[in-house]
Amino acid sequence: MTGHVVRNQIRSGFYLDSVALMRLSREVEDSPGVIAASMMIGTPSNKSLLESAGLLSVEGGKAGPNDLIIAIRGETAEAADGALGLAGEALDRPRQSSGDDGGWIPRALDSAIAMLPAANMAIISVPGAFAAREARRAMRRGLNVMMFSDNVPVDQECALKAQAAELGLLMMGPDCGSAIIGGAPLGFANAVPRGPVGIVAASGTGLQEVSTLIGRHGGGISHAIGVGGRDLSQAVGGATTLAAIDALDEDPGTDRIVLISKPPSVEIAQRIFARVATSSKHFTICFIGMDASELPGNATFAPTLRAAAEDALGGVSLGTGFDADIPRSHNRVMGLFAGGTLCAEAQAIFLAAGIEVASNAPVPGASPLGHGLAHHLLDLGADEYTLGRPHPMIDPTVRHRSIREALVDPGVAVLLIDMVLGYGAHDDPAGDIAGLLAGHDGPRPVILASVCGVEADPQIYPEQVATLEKAGIWVAPSNAHAAERAVSMIAPSDA
Amino acid sequence: MSGINLLQSKIEVVNIGLPLFAEALAVQDIPVVQVDWTPPAGGDERLIELLDLLSE
Amino acid sequence: MEKIEQANKIAVGRMLDSDPVLVDVRPAGEIISGLADGVILHAGPPIGWDRMCGPMRGAITGAIVLEGWAGDLAAAGKLAQSGDISFQPNHHFDAVGPMTGLITPSMPVMVVENRKFGNRAFCTLNEGLGKVMRFGGNDGEVLNRLRWLASDLAPALSRALADREGLPLKAIIARGLSMGDEMHQRNIACTGLVLRELAPSLARTSTDPETLAGLLSFIGGNDQFFLNIAMAMGKAIMDPVRGVDGSCVVTAMSRNGTDFGIRVSGTGDQWFTAPVEMPNGLYFPGFSERDANPDMGDSTIVETMGLGGFAMAAAPAVAGFVGAGSAGDALNYTRSMLEITVGRNPEWTIPALDFTGVPTGIDIRKVLETGLAPVINTGIAHREPGVGQVGAGIVRAPMACFEQALEAFAAGMGVGGVS
Repeated sequence: MTGHVVRNQIRSGFYLDSVALMRLSREVEDSPGVIAASMMIGTPSNKSLLESAGLLSVEGGKAGPNDLIIAIRGETAEAADGALGLAGEALDRPRQSSGDDGGWIPRALDSAIAMLPAANMAIISVPGAFAAREARRAMRRGLNVMMFSDNVPVDQECALKAQAAELGLLMMGPDCGSAIIGGAPLGFANAVPRGPVGIVAASGTGLQEVSTLIGRHGGGISHAIGVGGRDLSQAVGGATTLAAIDALDEDPGTDRIVLISKPPSVEIAQRIFARVATSSKHFTICFIGMDASELPGNATFAPTLRAAAEDALGGVSLGTGFDADIPRSHNRVMGLFAGGTLCAEAQAIFLAAGIEVASNAPVPGASPLGHGLAHHLLDLGADEYTLGRPHPMIDPTVRHRSIREALVDPGVAVLLIDMVLGYGAHDDPAGDIAGLLAGHDGPRPVILASVCGVEADPQIYPEQVATLEKAGIWVAPSNAHAAERAVSMIAPSDA
Repeated sequence: MSGINLLQSKIEVVNIGLPLFAEALAVQDIPVVQVDWTPPAGGDERLIELLDLLSE
Repeated sequence: MEKIEQANKIAVGRMLDSDPVLVDVRPAGEIISGLADGVILHAGPPIGWDRMCGPMRGAITGAIVLEGWAGDLAAAGKLAQSGDISFQPNHHFDAVGPMTGLITPSMPVMVVENRKFGNRAFCTLNEGLGKVMRFGGNDGEVLNRLRWLASDLAPALSRALADREGLPLKAIIARGLSMGDEMHQRNIACTGLVLRELAPSLARTSTDPETLAGLLSFIGGNDQFFLNIAMAMGKAIMDPVRGVDGSCVVTAMSRNGTDFGIRVSGTGDQWFTAPVEMPNGLYFPGFSERDANPDMGDSTIVETMGLGGFAMAAAPAVAGFVGAGSAGDALNYTRSMLEITVGRNPEWTIPALDFTGVPTGIDIRKVLETGLAPVINTGIAHREPGVGQVGAGIVRAPMACFEQALEAFAAGMGVGGVS
């Protein structure tokens, strides 16, 4: 980083939520002469993130977990110092208040419950070090929990799930970003019609893709329960998955149940399947990357999210007739995904077709980056791409740099992207990409997209699709279709 | 029996953390109260331990 | 912990059961036991001469001259440093005083009796605005006014209170809240109510119409006259809450211009102190924060019982005066203080908050849990002795006081011992 100036400033005992900090960081980053700007709480993990981004100075290294680090890399000392000043002003700006009661927002959980005495759910998205405590307190007050926070120690997750079982409460998460309970989309979720299909998912975008595919094809969701990315690990043992299966099994509104996860260990899988076998309802098992194994008689294996939706809809075939007229090519496929499980599903489809693929988040059988493999399928929502920035589902501009690079890379024949709609997501991701393309001159790769959403979503599914098509983007009826189409375009010699 | 009766209930939410989750619920007319969360006791582990020992 | 919840309920119950009545005005040396010659009572937690701020020192030299312990201010200063004067906190003598808060034997103090519990508390008479001893003033004008308070006002009030067998205060507060007072930076309504209550007795016991006219115009011309009554009342209400085993309710908050101190029921009479903070407020024309003295006075007893900054919602006019923003902001101050208190006072309600009772019984656990320090409406003194009030604002009780208190309280409860 020669010629660059890194400046850090510490604010002791300062707290602001991470999304607000990210927004302010981007604002500062937009000022002239600033190469990178990040504001983060000085936890050890954040400091190492800053360090690896070349944003940590000796000064910033002294910050503690209750301090805010303002980190700037500027082209000149003046620019960096100016940005520090801007950041300070941005932090000191009065925070906007919203809502009823004259804009008053309570600090204490008990005050919130006093304002909403029938509250039955706490959504928790505080930093991981504090999340378990908030969940414990919420459950003690009778609230079910959906925990978006991650970086929660696994022993705390186990303790919370034991507490939930004792109290008859649902503990979704940690790292649960999506759920639909009784028709209410929570976190990042879609306005899917109600219907007989229950979902239990360890993955947010997996839940969104399956529920929207069902919703777009005449089906509906009774409840979609997120369990958190680690629920089916050996340590946690599927505690919430089993509780969710119990709850859906008893639920008169649920006829069929879809389980979505990365492949669990054999032992945990057996435990889940044993529970499934005791149910009279039909199960769809979608453990992406797992070989179809021996399932109970009332269960079907689905290798992809699309296959899960098809089985849940009673064995229909979705999106037949999609045929983008694209020539074969010897060049590479570049996948730039906002949804982690959509990236995983695409990898599984490549691998099933016998095509090697590399990813920053490889599924079993895929390679990590840096192996010289042609086809890259990247999860741009992963930590290494979102340092101090919002998730690409919230802010599509964080995907811009990667997309621009792919557009001008003559070695890239196909660009594979996803658009995730729904509550919590950006209000016009298709318009954002269309705008980016409008500013691009010269040849570009074929772009294949899928849109995860439904008509009733705030972004309106058909309008997003129309925007993409108008911009010359092929829109597949599902993420799996898009990945399959990309595979079919790869010339046989590359396969 | 799961003992969980959430699925038969109307959802009402206390949102502790990112305001965007509360905003998304508010536009759907799902009752929600935002908590203006800050780290308890300024994040001091010792004091948090004492608060836990002395509460509830 | 069940024991704490029960103890806090008892503590707040005592606050609510209290029946404070203004019964008399007497010379401090006569009625405060232990206040002998050579003893000066001051605001805040204990402090020696060497650490006192300018206004405190200025007031002390003035008080020494007033008592005749030295001939002039220079000699008084020497005496103060000599170690021959004993400086003691008002709070250790059932007393409170605003800003510098000085009480010396010749000064008259109002006596508020808590008829429910039988205890009494004392506070000096309010001197009015401008150059006054509570802001460190010590010249002839200041001392002469103090002499007049002792010679004229105090005996007249004493006679009037005897004539009507005391003045019950709870109902006056209830009415004052509905008339826009919060009893710390706004006491206009309560001062008027007291004057209305006392006027017949003052007239009946007066010997001379001119003297009576002087008294009435002094009280009527001082919007803050009631503050000192509210303070004595606060002390009378909070003292029975001291020493409830297992209670973590704050029984006193107080500042001496150098340190801020709090006491907590379950930890007895121990002070938990931290450096005072600078008020954040609005300044009178010609003054700025460069002129301000750090936070000072026992008047935070008003917030301790749930008034002042805690009752900001009742006093939108004060919100503007202290720079707290709009009337909506004033509501939010009270709402946030409800988050750190055990309960609310059903007799003292705020119309603008749908007659919610004022936040009552500060729970140190809730202060730390929420990070919401008690909010205090305060006058701002000039840092140089004798200049007087230069503004008004808001200040927060330092969080460090509550952190120390929690440690000590936990130790007393036998939890969290450091191994």
